[in-house]
Amino acid sequence: MNEVILIKYGELALKGLNRSTFEAVLVKNVRRAAKSIGPVDIQRSQSTMRVRAKDGGPLDEYADAIAKVFGVAAFSRACECKKDMTAICECACEYLKAKLLSVRSFKVESKRSDKSFPLKSPQISAQVGEYILEHFPNLVVDVHQPDIIVHVEVRDFAAYVHGNPDPGAGGLPVGTGGRAAIMISGGIDSPVAAWMMAKRGVELTAIHFASPPYTSERAEQKVIDLLSKVSEWSGTIRLFIVPFTAIQERIRDDCPEELFTVIMRRYMIRLAQRIARREGCLALISGESLGQVASQTLTAMVCTDAVSDMPVLRPLVGMDKEEIVRISRHIDTFDISILPYEDCCTVFTPRHPRTRPTVEMLEEAEAALHIDDLIEEAVSGAAKLWIGPRGRQ
Amino acid sequence: MREVYLDNASTTRVGDKPARAAADAMTVCWGNPSSRHSMGVAAESIIKQARAAISAELGAKDGDVYFTSGGTEANNMAILGAARARRKNGLRVITSAVEHASVNDAFTQLEREGFDVVRVKTSPTGVVDLCDVANAIDDQTILCSFMLVNNETGAINPISDISALLHQRRPNAVMHCDAVQGFGKLPVKVSSLGCELITVSGHKIHAPMGVGALYCSRRTTLQPLMFGGSQQRELRTSAPDSYRPGTEPVPLIAAFGEAVRGLPAPAQRLVSIRTLNALLRERLASPSLNEEVNAHMTFNSDEACAPTIFSFATGCIKSETMLNYLSAQGIYVSSGSACSKGKKSRVLEALGLADSIADSTLRISFSAENTEEDVELFCEALRNGLKTLVRFK
Repeated sequence: MNEVILIKYGELALKGLNRSTFEAVLVKNVRRAAKSIGPVDIQRSQSTMRVRAKDGGPLDEYADAIAKVFGVAAFSRACECKKDMTAICECACEYLKAKLLSVRSFKVESKRSDKSFPLKSPQISAQVGEYILEHFPNLVVDVHQPDIIVHVEVRDFAAYVHGNPDPGAGGLPVGTGGRAAIMISGGIDSPVAAWMMAKRGVELTAIHFASPPYTSERAEQKVIDLLSKVSEWSGTIRLFIVPFTAIQERIRDDCPEELFTVIMRRYMIRLAQRIARREGCLALISGESLGQVASQTLTAMVCTDAVSDMPVLRPLVGMDKEEIVRISRHIDTFDISILPYEDCCTVFTPRHPRTRPTVEMLEEAEAALHIDDLIEEAVSGAAKLWIGPRGRQ
Repeated sequence: MREVYLDNASTTRVGDKPARAAADAMTVCWGNPSSRHSMGVAAESIIKQARAAISAELGAKDGDVYFTSGGTEANNMAILGAARARRKNGLRVITSAVEHASVNDAFTQLEREGFDVVRVKTSPTGVVDLCDVANAIDDQTILCSFMLVNNETGAINPISDISALLHQRRPNAVMHCDAVQGFGKLPVKVSSLGCELITVSGHKIHAPMGVGALYCSRRTTLQPLMFGGSQQRELRTSAPDSYRPGTEPVPLIAAFGEAVRGLPAPAQRLVSIRTLNALLRERLASPSLNEEVNAHMTFNSDEACAPTIFSFATGCIKSETMLNYLSAQGIYVSSGSACSKGKKSRVLEALGLADSIADSTLRISFSAENTEEDVELFCEALRNGLKTLVRFK
C-alpha cells in the first residue's frame, strides 16, 4: 500500500501574487517538522501538497508533526493508486476497511483535476459508491449526514483515496510574518501569546528576565520547557536570559514602592527592545491581558509603551483567563506554567501597586535612577540559548 | 569552586565500594537471580550476602528483610499492607502529624478506604508525647506508625516506649517505624525498637537511590501491594503470594549491602558529626554574627535531636532565596522541605512554627564526609547572604 499525506493550504491560497513565496515557506516548514522523524519527499500542485516518507515507514508520527505546522488548513492520510476505476474501487475498500466496518452510512465525493480522465466526478462517485455497497452490507448511502465521506481525487500523476480530513493548525506559515520578540516569564499567558503570534506567521525570539537568587535555576528550566513546547509549532527559538537582579534591587531601593511594578516593566521593555532590534525583530510580544492584574490596566500599558519605539503586540489583550487557559492546555504548556517557582514578576511585588500611574510620575521617579551602566551590563550579560522541541540544543 | 554538600538527609554521595559493587553486578555477575544456571545462582548469592548484612545491622533474621525500591515503597507496603490485612480486627490506625509524605499519604489513602486515622500532634521539634499516643490507642487500634528521626528537624521519637505501650494495650496490633533517617546512624535494632515493621533506605547511607528494605517480623502478615513472579517468595512460603515480587535489582542491592558492610563501628558513627553540629550551633548562636547581620537566628532543632540534621531559621530571608544564593556559590542545603509560592510546608506548619520562621527555615544535614571547613564556608556564605539579600516584610 502506498500511503501519503495530502495537505490543503486554505487561507494561504488566497494570497494573490505572494502565493508562491508562502507555499515555498510552507514546504520548508513541513520538511523541517518532518526532519527529526525521517526524510520526506514533497510535491506540490493545485493547492495541495503531497508528502511521502522516503523510507516508506508508517506515517503516524509524520501526521502528528504536520498537525502542528501553521499554514496547513487540513490534511489527510491517503492511499495512492493507479488512475483506473478498478484500482480506485479496490483501494477504497481495502484502505478504508476498518473505518467502513465501524460506521453505518457513507457517501463518496470525487474531484477530477485531471480533465483527461474519462469519467466525470459524479460518475466516479457513483461507481465507487456502488462497489463499496456491494462489499460492506452494513452500510447505506447518506448524502446529507454521512458518518464518513470517502474522498477520491484524480490528479495529474495518480489517484488518491482518503477518509475525512483532519483539521490542520490553521494560520500562516511561520516565517511569512516577520520576526518579533516574546517577553516570557514562566506564567500561563506568555507562551500562549507566543503561540498566537507564531500562528500568524511570526518567527520568534524569546527574552526572559532572571533574578537570581530570588528566582531559581528551576524557574529558568521552566521557561526552557515552555518554549520547547511552543517550538513544536514555531520552529527553533533563540532565547535570551537577561540578568535582572541588579536593576530590580536599584528600583526597589530608589523608587516609590507603589510604582515598582510599572517601572520594572518599563525597564524590561527598554532591555527587550535593545536585544530585539539587534536580532532583527520588528515588534515585541507581551502576554498581557487587559485588567487581569493591577499592572495590566490600560493606563499601565500606556506607561510601558511610552518607552518603546517598537509596537508591543498583545494578542491576549481582549481575552478572558479561561480562554487563555484553554489554549495553554491545547498547546500543552498549562501544566508546566503552573509549577510554583518564583519568577521575576513576583519578586519584590508591592503590597498596593498604583493602578493609574502617569508617564510624568514615572519619568520623575526614574530620573532618580542612574542605571545606564546596569542596563549595558544586563544586555551584554544575557545568556543565549537555542530551544527546540527536545529542549535546549 | 569548592563545593560544600550539606544536604545529606536528601541523599548522599554513593561510596566508592558500593559503586564498584553495583558496577560488578551489572557487568561481571549480571545474571537473573531467579535463573537456575550458575549465573543466576551467583546473582542470587549477591542478594543473600546483602540481605545478611542488612539483617545483621537490624539484628533481624535474614528471612525477615524484603528489598524494595526505596523508603517510599517500604512505607506503603508496611502501612497499607498491615492495615488492610487487619481490617476485621479494627479500623483505628495511629501516626503523627509530621511524618514523611510516603507515610502521611499512605494514611490518607487508608482514610479513603474507611479507616479511622489519628494523627498525633508533636512538640515544636517533632517529638510525639507518649500520653497523646496512649490516649489515641483504643480497642479498635490495629496499627501505629512513627518515624525514628524526623527528616526536617532530626527529632528522635521514643519508639521503644511507644511499641511497649501499644503491645501492652493491644497485643495483636502492629508497630511500624520509618527509620530511614536513623538507619546506619543511630542504633536501629529490632529487639530494642520492638517494632514488627521497620523501613530503611539505601541512598541516605551512601548506596544508590532506588533501593530500600522493609523488615517484617515472622509473625506479621501483610497484604501485598503487588502481584507477580515468585521473587522473594522463599522468605515467606506460608503466605499465598510473595510479599514483594519483581526481579530484584541486583546491582542496587549489591551496593546497599556493601554500604551497610562499610558502616563504621556503631560508637564511631556520629563522633565527627557531633563536632560539626556543635560547631554550627556555636557559630549561628554567636552574638557577633547576629549583631553584624542584624538578624536573630531561631533553632528548630534542639540538643536532643539527631546530630545529623540541624534546622534553623534566619527569620528574614526567604528559604528559597537563601538556598539559591548559597547554591550559586556551590553550597548545597535544603529549605527544610519544598516551600513553594505562598504554600507552607506541611510539616513545618504541623510543628506550629510562625510563618516568618517556616518561610525562612534552612536544613543542614551532615554525613561523615563533611569537615569543619564545610561548616565554616557555609557560615561565611550565610553571613554574606544576610548582609546583601533583600529581606521580606
